[in-house]
Amino acid sequence: MKKATPDFRQSPTIDQVSVEERVARFNTRSIKKQSKLQGLKLALNMIDLTTLEGKDTPGKVKQMCYKAMHPCDSLGGIPTVAAVCVYPTHVKTAKDALKGSNVKVASVATAFPSGNSTLEIKLLDTKFAVDNGADEIDMVISRGEFLSGNYNFVFDEIAAIKEACGKARLKVILETGELSTLDNVRRASDIAMYAGADFIKTSTGKIQPAATMPVTLVMLQAIKDYYYKTGIMIGMKPAGGISTSKNALQYLVMVSETLGSKWMTNEWFRFGASSLANDIILQLEKEAKGVYYSKDYISVD
Amino acid sequence: MAKKEEPKLDLMGNWAYAPAPEDSKHIHLNKKYDLFIGGKFVKPTKGKYFDTISPSTEQKLAEVAEADEKDVDLAVKAARNAYDKTWKKMPAKERAKYIFRIARMIQERSRELAVIESMNGGKPIRESRDIDVPLAANHFFYYAGWADKLEYAFPGRNPQSLGVAGQIIPWNFPLLMAAWKIAPALATGNTVVLKPAETTPLTALKLAEIIQESGLPDGVVNIITGFGKTGAAIVNHPNVNKVAFTGSTDVGKLIQKSIAGTDKKITLELGGKAANIVFDDAPIDQAVEGIVNGIFFNQGHVCCAGSRLFVQEGIADELIRKLKDRMDTLIVGDPMDKNTDVGAINSKEQLDKINHYIKLGNNEGAEIFQSNCSMPKKGYFCKPTLFLHASQSHRIVQEEIFGPVLAVQTFRTIEEVIEKANNIPYGLSAGVWTDKGSKIFNMTGKLRAGVIWANTYNKFDPTSPFGGYKESGFGREGGLHGLMPYLKF
Repeated sequence: MKKATPDFRQSPTIDQVSVEERVARFNTRSIKKQSKLQGLKLALNMIDLTTLEGKDTPGKVKQMCYKAMHPCDSLGGIPTVAAVCVYPTHVKTAKDALKGSNVKVASVATAFPSGNSTLEIKLLDTKFAVDNGADEIDMVISRGEFLSGNYNFVFDEIAAIKEACGKARLKVILETGELSTLDNVRRASDIAMYAGADFIKTSTGKIQPAATMPVTLVMLQAIKDYYYKTGIMIGMKPAGGISTSKNALQYLVMVSETLGSKWMTNEWFRFGASSLANDIILQLEKEAKGVYYSKDYISVD
Repeated sequence: MAKKEEPKLDLMGNWAYAPAPEDSKHIHLNKKYDLFIGGKFVKPTKGKYFDTISPSTEQKLAEVAEADEKDVDLAVKAARNAYDKTWKKMPAKERAKYIFRIARMIQERSRELAVIESMNGGKPIRESRDIDVPLAANHFFYYAGWADKLEYAFPGRNPQSLGVAGQIIPWNFPLLMAAWKIAPALATGNTVVLKPAETTPLTALKLAEIIQESGLPDGVVNIITGFGKTGAAIVNHPNVNKVAFTGSTDVGKLIQKSIAGTDKKITLELGGKAANIVFDDAPIDQAVEGIVNGIFFNQGHVCCAGSRLFVQEGIADELIRKLKDRMDTLIVGDPMDKNTDVGAINSKEQLDKINHYIKLGNNEGAEIFQSNCSMPKKGYFCKPTLFLHASQSHRIVQEEIFGPVLAVQTFRTIEEVIEKANNIPYGLSAGVWTDKGSKIFNMTGKLRAGVIWANTYNKFDPTSPFGGYKESGFGREGGLHGLMPYLKF
């Protein structure tokens, strides 16, 4: 197995109509009883609990970190989320707040969300987050350069950031809402993986549409092809727009039937979401107690 | 670099879907079903009944009357009477109202019809719920719209109805085929004697109940059950003006012989062995999806199934690997479970035939691959099956299997694949997968098939004509073309 860099103009073509049909098939899977419970817990455990706002403060971040470790203590036997995702300036706060837990700290970097800055600044941004203790870096690609066809520029930039990450895992955000076609999504996925991404991620959450199932399916298939070619596993993170348990289960069905059980852990699959966790807790409470509780019973952080 | 293991996926590994069976408690089935003649359910003259079973449980569902020649004669008389006294004279827009009403009643009872279709025929509830029943209703809606517009469909040609249509339908899409046959016949002003297949009569009998409830004048539609002999009696009845048959090529040939020398009009929709052709510039993952829909839809019991796969050599290995992965995610089992992808084989007889071909393929030296799925202990089931490295001379390539068995061949050039695709007695359908529009149009002109899908497969719509070339039959069903076989000009 070798990892020669391919010509990215030759990435496989994608037929949008068939992709949507396949997604519709995933969505007709009926997930009930034990498999629902198992799926909900897994989904909760895959969440990157996120706050990416201009008004973020250490107080807000600390409260969210507690929620990350204790999603709902009154319900026994539920897992923590996978990570919290914050701006670089809040990494230290989050790292301290999460001390002693398995919850990771992910930080957006590289002039998030537009990515419109110089490589020097992006590298500094990345190093700052890593030095403050970030376990994972969520970078954005330069969509303008990508859409002008400067694939080498995009590739080199990702490779440079990867180097700056050191031991931190690199998630590469394609911002698929700005890429316009599934052909472009596939091409950008290939570029990111060959350039050294550990994860590929759909969106910043700042652009609509954010994560969609068709886009995620195309990325999962790209991951599968890369795995068969190189033997290297790449993680996947749909982000933004996934707010219901039902939708999260549909994503899990898609992962299970496209990549299989190796990817069904938070090491290889994440949900970038803020409100999904509470909806899952609501559903888990319903499964445990038989009735739906008012949302006032579930903490908002 | 340390030597890595070959990459291998563990699809559907650690997260099994709990059973999600569709409820069938609300279904009411009679113990015995009589013949629907002249608007009433009447006992067969000889008093003979036969069992109809569920192929997934092998349990008896009901007893169904067996019509003999006398019963057929009564049904044709009822249809003739209704034609002469009411249906022929009724203003077309009044006829349309009845057809619209039947369409709406199918929609209202769609859940019941879907459940019975899956119980009696073995197809997964996902398909009967999402495809068969909605399409059946759509056919009635579509042709109801044409009823009072026939002069616009064929301007200046004075279209006239024929009289009594004898219609014989197969077991693979029992309700849908009944709709394909009845809707255009009624819209064009004909009356009907319809015989469903002996293994799957229940939804047609439920349709008879709907028709009775709709107030359609007595005798306009008669539905009688029985075996091949009953069908032959319909075909040979001198008072039948039109024969429409969907089923096997062998029976189609018999029908054609027996009506020779009469002035009966005929439509035959027979077997197929469609080529599904994938070029190296195709969107591969989506082509794989189309291949799966092409051959494993309805357990492969589809006359237009894409049962011969042609893959351009450059992408063969990758495509086959992806196809095998995809097949591993197919759930074979209880048709009533909402997660089932591939249901039960329709009958013991058909399962034996499929298994015979699987044995044959092995003996012919093709490489077999069967998906890694669990199988129910009871009922008639068959694993989704591939035969790789098949040759044009293999019988599994030349003959219609009518099951979930796909023969895979590779090709090098466009000329080669066109020659091989056409080198078959059938010509019902074909599929072409490529990113290039010009290539699609080049292929569609040269493939001898009635229906050609490009970058998709097994798509049906009432507005689109369907039918074959060569031994796949003649005449078109669906669309404006589907009116013609029921009219004289």
